[in-house]
This record gives sequence, C-alpha cells and structure tokens, in this order.
Amino acid sequence: MTHGFAFDVAHMLAGSLVLVSIAMLYQDRLYALINVLALHALVLAAAVGWQAYIQQAPHLYITAGIALGFKAIVIPMALRRMVFRLGIHREIETVVSIGLTMLAGIALVALSMMVMLPVTAHADPVAREDIALALSVVLIGLLMMVTRRNAVSQVAGFLSLENGVNLAATGAQGMPLVVEISVAFSILIAFIVIGIFLFRIRERFDTVDLQALDAFRGERQ
Amino acid sequence: MQARAPPPPNPPPQGEGENLTESLVLLVPLLAAAVLSLVSDYRRSARINVAASFLSFLAALLLLADRPAAGQFFAVDDLNIVFILLNTFVGFTTSAFSASYVSHELETGRLAPSYLRFYHAMYQLMLFGMNLALIANNIGLMWVAVELATLTTVVMVGIYRTHEAIEAAWKYFILGSVGIALALFGTILVYLAARPVVGEGIDAMVWSVLITRARDFDPALLNIAFIFLLLGYGTKVGLAPMHAWLPDAHAEGPTPISAVLSGLLLNVALYALLRFKMLLAANPDAIAPGPLMIALGLISLIFAAFMLYRRRDIKRMFAYSSIEHMGITVFAFGMAGPLGNFAGLLQMTMHSLTKSAIFFSVGHVAQVKGTQRIAEMGGLTVTHPVLGWGLIAGVAAIAGLPPFGVFTSEFLVISSTFAREPLLAIMLVFGLLVAFGALFLRVASIAFGEPRGPTGPVTASYVPMFAHLALVLIAGIWLPGPLVAWFQHVAALLG
Repeated sequence: MTHGFAFDVAHMLAGSLVLVSIAMLYQDRLYALINVLALHALVLAAAVGWQAYIQQAPHLYITAGIALGFKAIVIPMALRRMVFRLGIHREIETVVSIGLTMLAGIALVALSMMVMLPVTAHADPVAREDIALALSVVLIGLLMMVTRRNAVSQVAGFLSLENGVNLAATGAQGMPLVVEISVAFSILIAFIVIGIFLFRIRERFDTVDLQALDAFRGERQ
Repeated sequence: MQARAPPPPNPPPQGEGENLTESLVLLVPLLAAAVLSLVSDYRRSARINVAASFLSFLAALLLLADRPAAGQFFAVDDLNIVFILLNTFVGFTTSAFSASYVSHELETGRLAPSYLRFYHAMYQLMLFGMNLALIANNIGLMWVAVELATLTTVVMVGIYRTHEAIEAAWKYFILGSVGIALALFGTILVYLAARPVVGEGIDAMVWSVLITRARDFDPALLNIAFIFLLLGYGTKVGLAPMHAWLPDAHAEGPTPISAVLSGLLLNVALYALLRFKMLLAANPDAIAPGPLMIALGLISLIFAAFMLYRRRDIKRMFAYSSIEHMGITVFAFGMAGPLGNFAGLLQMTMHSLTKSAIFFSVGHVAQVKGTQRIAEMGGLTVTHPVLGWGLIAGVAAIAGLPPFGVFTSEFLVISSTFAREPLLAIMLVFGLLVAFGALFLRVASIAFGEPRGPTGPVTASYVPMFAHLALVLIAGIWLPGPLVAWFQHVAALLG
C-alpha cells in the first residue's frame, strides 16, 4: 500500500462527491433528486470509510456506517414517502435556470480550489484536497438551497451541505470523535425537526412550496 | 485590532477538572427538562420551571465562589462567568414572566395544556444548551451546544402553529442551520490549523490549550476559519445581512422566547465569536478581526435603525432594535482595546437586561390588546399606567437616554471611538439618532393619545420587568467598583 495509491483513492472519492453535488443541481424531478441525494450519501460513506482505512481510525467507520445506513437509506426512503403521502408536485421549480446554476456551481468549485489550496499548502496532501473538495460541496449545497423553492429540495440541499462538512471533518486527521458523532446525531435531530415541520406545513396548507409560505412577508398591512 | 501580548502562562490542562459546582449549572436544567416532560399539570410545571431556573442561577453564583480548574471539556474563566451569570439570571426572571404569560395564553386558548408541558421541558433544555455552550472549553462541544440551543428555540418559535409561526420557524431553522454548518466548517479549519502545533486528538480542540499556542498556528488557515466562523455564528448573532430570521422568530414565537432570544441566545453566539477572535488576536500574522467586526456591526446598526421606521408590529420593532444593539456591541468588540471591550461588555449586559424587560412589558401589552399591531394600540399610560410607563421607561433605556445603563455604555463606545476613528464615530452616532427617533415615534403612539383597542384589566407580573429596569437604572447611576474592576479585567483578556 503506497501512499500514492491511498491518496489517489481518497482524491477520487472526494472528487466524486463534488460530481454528485453538481449532478444534484440539474435534477428537476423530486424522485430523481432524492435518488441523487442517496448516491451522494453513498459516495460520502465510501470516502469516509476509505479515510478510516488509511488513517487507521476505526471510529471513523461509525461515521461511515451512519452515512450509509441513515443518510443513504433511511432518509431517502422517508423523503420519498413524504413526497408520496403529501402528494407534492413532482417537478421542482427553480428560481434560476439550470444552465446558470450549473455555471455558478462550476465557479464555486473553482473558487474553493483557489481559496483552500494555497492556504493549506503546509497540510498533508490528503487533508488538503479533502478540505478543498469539501468546501465545494458545502458551497454547492448552499447554492442549491438558494436556487430551489421547494421545501423538500431545500432539505436535500441542506443534507448535501452537511455531507460536505462531514467530509471535511473526516479529512482532518485525528479530529476527535466527539464531533463526528455529534454531527451525525445533530443531523438526526435536524431531520426530525424538519419532518415535523413538513407535516405541520402540510396540515395547514396545501403546498410545501416555500413561495406559497412566503406570501406572509412579516408585515401585513 | 492589535497583536496582543501572549496571555499569562496558563498550564495546559491535561486532566479532567470536572467537579460538582461546574456540572450543577448543566445538571439542574437537564434534570428539570426531564422532570418537566413528565408533569402534565401546567401550574405545577410553571412553578418547577421557575424553581429550576432559580437553582441554575444559584449554581452560577456558586461558580463565583468556587471556580473549578479547566478540563478538556469544561472551563470557567473570567470571560464566560459574566455570560453564565447573565444567562442564568435572565433565564430565571424570564421563567417568572413566562409563568404569568402562559396562564393567559391558556385562558385565551392560544396554547393547549399539552403544548405547555412540551414548552416548559424545551425551555429548560434551551437553558441547558446555552449554559453548555458558555461553559464548554472545547470548540467542538461548544458548537454542539449552540446547535442544541438553536433547535430547541426553533421548536418553540413554531409552537403556536399558525401560518406565520411556521414560516418564521422554518426560516429560522434553515438560516440557523446554514449558519451553524458554516461555523462547523470554520471549527474544523481551526482544528486543522492547530493540529501541526498541538498534535492530533482532543487537545487540538481545547480552547485553553489553543489560546496558549495560537501564535504558532498557520495564519492563513486561521484567517479563512474566522471568515466562516464570523458568517456562521454571525448569523446567530443576527448581524445584517444574515439577520433575516431574527424579526420573524421574535415576532411569531411566544414572548418569553422573544425575551430569551434577544437577551441570551444572541449573546451566546457572540460569545463563541469572541472566543475565536481572541485566537486570532493571539496570532501576530493573522488578519485583524477588528475591521470585519466593525463593518458588520455598523451595517447592522444603520440598517436596523432605518428598518425601525416602517414597523407595524410591536415585537418585530423591538427585534430590529436587537439587531441594532448587537451591531453596536459587535462594533465595540471590533474596536477592541481596553475601553472598546469594556464598552462592548457593558453594552451587551445592559441590552440583555433592558430588552428582556421590554419584551416582558410588550408581552402583557399584546395580551391586553389581543394584537401585536402598533396601529391598534394607544393611550396605554391612561388605561394601564404601570404597564405603559414601564414600557416608556424600557424604551427610554434602550434608546440610550440617561440615567439608564445603556447611556453609559453607548457613551463609552462613542467616546472611545471618537478618540481613535472620528469618522466611524460619526456614523455610529448617526445610526443611534435614527434609531432613537424611530423608537420614540412608535412608542409615543402606543403610550399616549386616545386609548385604542381593548382596555381590560391585566394580570401581569411586574416584578421581573421592574427588577431588570432597576438594575439598568442602578448601573447607569453608579457602577459598583468591583464590577468595574472585573469588567476591566475581562476587557484586558479580550485584547
């Protein structure tokens, strides 16, 4: 096992995560988006698992397991069920056209490379690439939350953002376990809260589209 | 602003310093939350809530007397004890206000008894989260605690389950989560910067270790980390332009929650920011965090001051006033120096006390009038003199009129700024005057003139409101010597 090979695989997996993030940007159907989200978590699980292997940090396998079991299987299933049960429109309405969003996504990847690579010049190469790629995933997740109106796709954007943060946390070698477990748990909590909110929204309105929610802008005349 | 001399040699803690007094501030609210989730009688649960909050305050006072050594997870130092005391005190007075507030909400049917059980348990869980964030010596633990406090307040903001409340909670949740995710990314970058110096493992996240070694950290990494932390925790502080959640969350949640959001949660996020600012200040090659904080603070102040004019909802108006005051506080901490930090600390304390007092009175006003719309309120000093004059006193205090404590702190901010950056001071004064005008314009129409809206009797508890106002008044007239010395010491720590 040469260092070069370990690095190449880590790099490839982290790069794939960025690729899947970009792929998420052009989904215009909810079910397809949820599938890509599951794939995103799957790639994350592989990337984290590989980090656990090359860092010889067995506790990271837990993080990988959570990514695999919870984020790649349970959450997509729950989201799909929610879309079905609530009868949400299957098409996603975007604020900005898909072409422009894709260009912005590419620009964000370039930006994060330009920002992170010079800064982390002294860090070890695996962590360095991981952090730069993780930042692109975070930024694309943000972009997705900004350009989507539909609540479910905003949740998907948020989860992909969290995946990016997770990748960064595992890339930072020896980062204490406390944080990783708590990140996983907080996603669980966060998701439950989101779920509650989605159902409440359903209870009160006929749409989960945030544009409809925005009808109330705070100040009724 | 300036590279600071290294802190006094502080032996890096290795062992576990956890002891009983330290954990009491955490255990009391946690146990209370567990107990409250089982109590279904709302009268009893409100009483337990008050008692538990009072016990937490006592536990915080105990920390003054017996300060435990710093451990890997918890530490009490001169900086965070100010925040912990303030947090538990306002938590206690707000729980007393909350008891009278929720009984009225039950009578009018806005809240069901089953929701109250949930509400009280969440209240204690939120206090637990905030205390944990303040007492944490570990930047990862601090992050988890801030997230916990955020999630509990999200649920409470949405508790009325109206269209508006759900939108407010959703907005708060999404913006808060994004902010918190960015803060975590910043935290990871700090760890990356610390790892080559401190070594792998838990020590590279222990704040008291980080601060002693910070000058050897990679400055470029620290800079980027601080940008993320400023954006992330800054969202929670309510700094413009990341403030969008704040007015909605304040206006649509129950008023006790508005009081703790403004009085406490914003402070907790600010505290996190200050900790990282100290790290940057300890590194001579890192960017100065001051100008960034000054810019964000001024933008928030001036933006919020203008937004105050167009408010029609009374709670929303005071939410904008909170953005304004957090702007001033962040500005003061950005100016730094012994005087700037002192002014910032005082401003933060005074704002917490005053703003929660205002929300106490606003809560009762809104209950009497059955609405939060300013246009439907009027002549409050005639129909409800105590409430009306209490509100006027609160607004006079928050607007920075002497003899209240906010005047002292704002005067200190302005005078210390004038001495160093006259141009910034002029902008500061401009923002303050604009806000002053807006606040009095609105409050005059609420307090004086023809009585409008229902004029029924009010069953309010005035004690929390006037206790806060009395403290602010005393601080304005005479700051006790030990308190001044203490704040000066903390200001020196902040660099």
